[in-house]
Amino acid sequence: MAERTLILAFETSCDETSVAVVENGTKILSNVVATQIDSHQRFGGVVPEVASRHHIEWITRCVDQSLEEAGVGYGDIAAVAVTYGPGLVGSLLVGVTAAKVVAWAHHLPLIPVNHMAGHLYAARYVGEFMYPQMALLVSGGHTELVYMPKEHEYEIIGETRDDAAGEAYDKIGRVLGVNYPAGKTIDEWAAQGHDTFHFPRAMEKEANYDFSFSGLKSAFINTVHNADQRGEQLNKYDLAASFQQSVVDVLAEKTMRALDRYPVKQLILAGGVAANHGLRTRLDHDMAKYHPEVGMLQAPLKLCGDNAAMIGAAGYVDYQHGDHAGMDLNAVPGLMFKRMEVK
Amino acid sequence: MKVLAIDTSNHPMSVALVEDDQLLATTTLNMVCNHSIYLMPTIDRLCQLVKWSPTDLDRVVVAQGPGSYTGIRIAATTAKVLADTLNIDLVGVSSLEVVARNVLPMTTAIIVPFFDTRRGNVFAGAYQWKDGQLTSQIADQHLAMSDLLTQLAKIDQQVIMVGHVTKKLADQFEKLPQNVSLAPRAYGIPSTYQLALVGVDQPAVKEIDPFVPHYLRITEAEANWQKLHPGVTRKNYVREV
Ligand SMILES: Nc1ncnc2c1ncn2[C@@H]1O[C@H](COP(=O)(O)OP(=O)(O)OP(=O)(O)O)[C@@H](O)[C@H]1O
Ligand SMILES: [Mg+2]
Repeated sequence: MAERTLILAFETSCDETSVAVVENGTKILSNVVATQIDSHQRFGGVVPEVASRHHIEWITRCVDQSLEEAGVGYGDIAAVAVTYGPGLVGSLLVGVTAAKVVAWAHHLPLIPVNHMAGHLYAARYVGEFMYPQMALLVSGGHTELVYMPKEHEYEIIGETRDDAAGEAYDKIGRVLGVNYPAGKTIDEWAAQGHDTFHFPRAMEKEANYDFSFSGLKSAFINTVHNADQRGEQLNKYDLAASFQQSVVDVLAEKTMRALDRYPVKQLILAGGVAANHGLRTRLDHDMAKYHPEVGMLQAPLKLCGDNAAMIGAAGYVDYQHGDHAGMDLNAVPGLMFKRMEVK
Repeated sequence: MKVLAIDTSNHPMSVALVEDDQLLATTTLNMVCNHSIYLMPTIDRLCQLVKWSPTDLDRVVVAQGPGSYTGIRIAATTAKVLADTLNIDLVGVSSLEVVARNVLPMTTAIIVPFFDTRRGNVFAGAYQWKDGQLTSQIADQHLAMSDLLTQLAKIDQQVIMVGHVTKKLADQFEKLPQNVSLAPRAYGIPSTYQLALVGVDQPAVKEIDPFVPHYLRITEAEANWQKLHPGVTRKNYVREV
């Protein structure tokens, strides 16, 4: 029988408690995800202390269930992987503490995983990775273009200077009365409307790979408030479509430009906002048109949001590269890939 | 019975390994430190010293709160995951009770352990030794230090307070009621040997999954939400997807 390396992976960086068993970094044996969305919807966004409390309520159930669903025991596990940043410190600590205990109790190596590398590796379940590679990572807290000259090397070449794309979706969603997290609903509305408002496309033409979404967000909010004051009701589908068009234009154009500058074999799209239909379709189209020689992997819809399967895939690669943490591993809420000077 | 006892409820971090009623090893750190960094290495080092493997453990006893939210969460997560993953007993003990136990059983006084929670508030409870058993007299709670002192002044017995007097609380300890005195500083440091001993006598929790710290306070966000939504009975807001 072929060698199989099983990773038990933990993810608790924000408001999902998740534990997965992953085989050879490519096959999901189980991926248990307990989401706290209903809880935080009461407050209009994630409340860190509430999130930490939920994680501790769910952590052992998720561990036990993921082993059970995978049909394996601790004796079958080769290593324990855990998200140690970036994220909310109180949330991260529950996963980090739990992973350390399991690793210690069963004499298993402990692999610290960067949550954003995790998002990226959700795409690994679609196909094999090729290098050099570029990734567009778009999520609730991050919007970044990451260049990977080879496996296990990450360099940020561009990132948002203010709001992350997902954050912008959530903020304009609130103005339209859409509960947190608003991205999915705005995406659905956008499909039923047209770009009639022509919101600004920030930094679109600038010679860098950075993003900015706060100007767009303000323009959107002003438009809605001004209409409110006039007693005018704007078409929410058109508002959503216009907002989304602006976001997608900037993301797609900057990505195409990054690919002009950095010849790569593959583009990866991942992160919570990678679930966006407008963005997926647009990248399909633009890649075929401008970079037909470059392959593309889009993270599966089911694995765009936070989950431990993606941490298991990233952790497997980190494990191959010999990344090990000691029992003094701590949460690093502001963990970041290194930023590369772009010429 | 091989017992691991853990307390990271406040500034001090303490770990003990106890076999039956014998203390084998203990470590207490009371520096400005990060429990997340030091707890597992300490447990690991002590186990190596006494030549225990993790699977030798029979029971884990944890100071379950109240205390610093992060602190009690680290201890409770460590304890519940360890108990779950090794399939061993789990016992939670009040973090205030642990400190109360530092006061000798010979005393008949009411023992009042307290932890500063800032802004003039404390976590506190009242305990008393009766026939060699430490019994709870006033349940652990979160209250203003001034209210606590008013309450204690009315008690018709001697009261001994145990805990760390922070700068913020110092003023109020200048003018303690007649019947109230403060135990020396050393009594305020939790002993995980004591914790292990209580834990050996108590029944283990029946279900590990629902085990959570005793925060004694709901979050501000939830308190506000409950005010706005009286009568909502939904309990569980987390679901599997
Ligand atoms: N179809 C969609 N279109 C746009 N945004 C979406 C869609 N689905 C989800 N989102 C957004 O994705 C975000 C959640 O993604 P994710 O879970 O990756 O973020 P996070 O874990 O909170 O942040 P990070 O990964 O940066 O630490 C939310 O802001 C949500 O609104
Ligand atoms: Mg995420």
